[in-house]
Amino acid sequence: MSLPILQLANLKTHFPVHRGFVFKRQVGTVKAVDGVSLTVHRGEVLGLVGESGCGKSTLARTILQLVPATEGAIILEGRNLTRSSAAEIKAARRHLQMVFQDPYASLNPRLTVYATLAEPMLVHKICPRDEVAHRIAELMQTVGLPPLSQKKYPHEFSGGQRQRIAIARALALQPRLIIADEPVSALDVSIQAQILNLLSQLVRRMHLSLVFIAHDLSVVKHISDRVAVMYLGKIVELGLAIDVIERPLHPYTRALVSAIPTFRPDGGRPRIVLPGDPPSPLNPPSGCAFHPRCPYATVACQAAVPPLERSKASHEVACIRAAEIAGPR
Amino acid sequence: MTPPPSAPSIPPTFSVVAETEAGHSPWSDAWHRLGRNRLAVAGGCLLLVLAVACIVGPWFSAYSYEDQNLDLGAAPPGAQHWLGTDTLGRDLLVRILYGGRISLGVGLCATMVALSLGVTYGAIAGFFGGKTDMFLMRVVDIMYALPFTIFVILLMVFFGRNIVLLFLAIGAVEWLTMARIVRGQVMALKKMEFIEAAQVLGFGRRRIIFRHMIPNVLGPIIVYATLTIPAVMLLEAFLSFLGLGVQPPMSSWGTLIKDGAEKMEEFPWLILYPGAIFSLTLFSLNFVGDGLRDALDVRAAKD
Repeated sequence: MSLPILQLANLKTHFPVHRGFVFKRQVGTVKAVDGVSLTVHRGEVLGLVGESGCGKSTLARTILQLVPATEGAIILEGRNLTRSSAAEIKAARRHLQMVFQDPYASLNPRLTVYATLAEPMLVHKICPRDEVAHRIAELMQTVGLPPLSQKKYPHEFSGGQRQRIAIARALALQPRLIIADEPVSALDVSIQAQILNLLSQLVRRMHLSLVFIAHDLSVVKHISDRVAVMYLGKIVELGLAIDVIERPLHPYTRALVSAIPTFRPDGGRPRIVLPGDPPSPLNPPSGCAFHPRCPYATVACQAAVPPLERSKASHEVACIRAAEIAGPR
Repeated sequence: MTPPPSAPSIPPTFSVVAETEAGHSPWSDAWHRLGRNRLAVAGGCLLLVLAVACIVGPWFSAYSYEDQNLDLGAAPPGAQHWLGTDTLGRDLLVRILYGGRISLGVGLCATMVALSLGVTYGAIAGFFGGKTDMFLMRVVDIMYALPFTIFVILLMVFFGRNIVLLFLAIGAVEWLTMARIVRGQVMALKKMEFIEAAQVLGFGRRRIIFRHMIPNVLGPIIVYATLTIPAVMLLEAFLSFLGLGVQPPMSSWGTLIKDGAEKMEEFPWLILYPGAIFSLTLFSLNFVGDGLRDALDVRAAKD
């Protein structure tokens, strides 16, 4: 296989927490992303799942250099972005784009669709000036926007159409990797499927790679090749989408999977309801961060952080009891 | 990967009708809403008429603002002097028009000073944040705490009385609020996803500030500016009333009202007409400002 498009090596994003007004002192650290190692291959869709506050969005923002990484490496096509100059990062942005969660907030309300799409092309000199109009018409066709609405403003479009504009804007730079941060969670359910279909079509047609962030597995299930499950700043399970969803190993993933709606008359598998709330990333539990909510927790779970490894199973998991738990199935 | 089975083509979310091309920009929408506000339109028209009259009027008058006619004295309004004359026999209409030049001029200039200073200062504080912001805004807080009247009196005592200084002094006080407003707006905007999107697209800092931020904070700035003009004019009137503003034989609406107030009982027209014109102007400016606020309101723009 060729060089992966994106590699994250032990990536950490920590935020210091200060207290006091005049004499500021650091009272703690929020470890939003805490040692994430991931590889995204060319042409693949990687689903990243986890509940609110687990660090998915911070991970996306760190990869895109909106938030500085505390430690570790972000390697985009062989180039380490954490050690790059501002000019190199600007050049890298061409290949790395983002689709935001809220299409009502991610478009400049004072710019027409045309201006929104033309600006990145002109700034990065994607094509000669006289071809911009032609390319915009093409782009709008690609994402399914009416070509005659070029001169309209964002507020004249519906949520789904705005998200199409945002996708077109990301595509304007002909990127190789798009990170989509919950791109459908602000949309009506009926529109979600359309945007998901559009994204998976684009990936195939334009040979893109996509990191698709979501907070529930049912959305990720259809679109992803591989799935990574995140809990409190760490990846706890990683594998092919089929494996992770059909044979979840980590107790947290099992709970997530049990929450996917089924259409079987007997109600399908029993729903696993986790007790408690996710712990504060300011003061995470010792050992495996999931142990206070885990039905399988033992004393050993409190002692050490389990590594993400492929034991005997079909994919990687960070749980010392994974083999036992998955056993009877 | 398991693509959903029924996705041969992208289903359009719109009915393909080849019609409207040009969209409504948020500005033109706001303009239309303003046009429907009758009070604001009437205020705007009145202001325009007044401004033109003040600029052009004195050229067509037979009298000058300083021509005295001591024989005449204070004459009531009549065919010769439409609004009457003051105790020195000077034509009141011409003096009101001349005073309007000063008052409206002070209003505009001081607001411009406040605008340019406040917007730049506030945008810098809001955009860079952190220690820069902390330092800049504490300076503003300290300036706020200075009593304005004493500040102006000190300026006048040290630098002598002149009109340019008056513009500057008033502007230098009014920009503080503007800086706070702009700072708040910029800080709120900085967290918006479309500003992050602009960063992700690799746009430079200057492009982000001028093309993506400033146009989006212009609404509140314009509104506040229109409401600053009457405040500034009142300040000028107040200062002139105290004798710190415009010097005789020049007139401003403030000095005219002050002079008129002294002789209110014998010669009521001396306070009636300047006062009426001044109040009308303030009303109009406030109506226009209110109208703009409603027209540019983001919540109203949603629908």
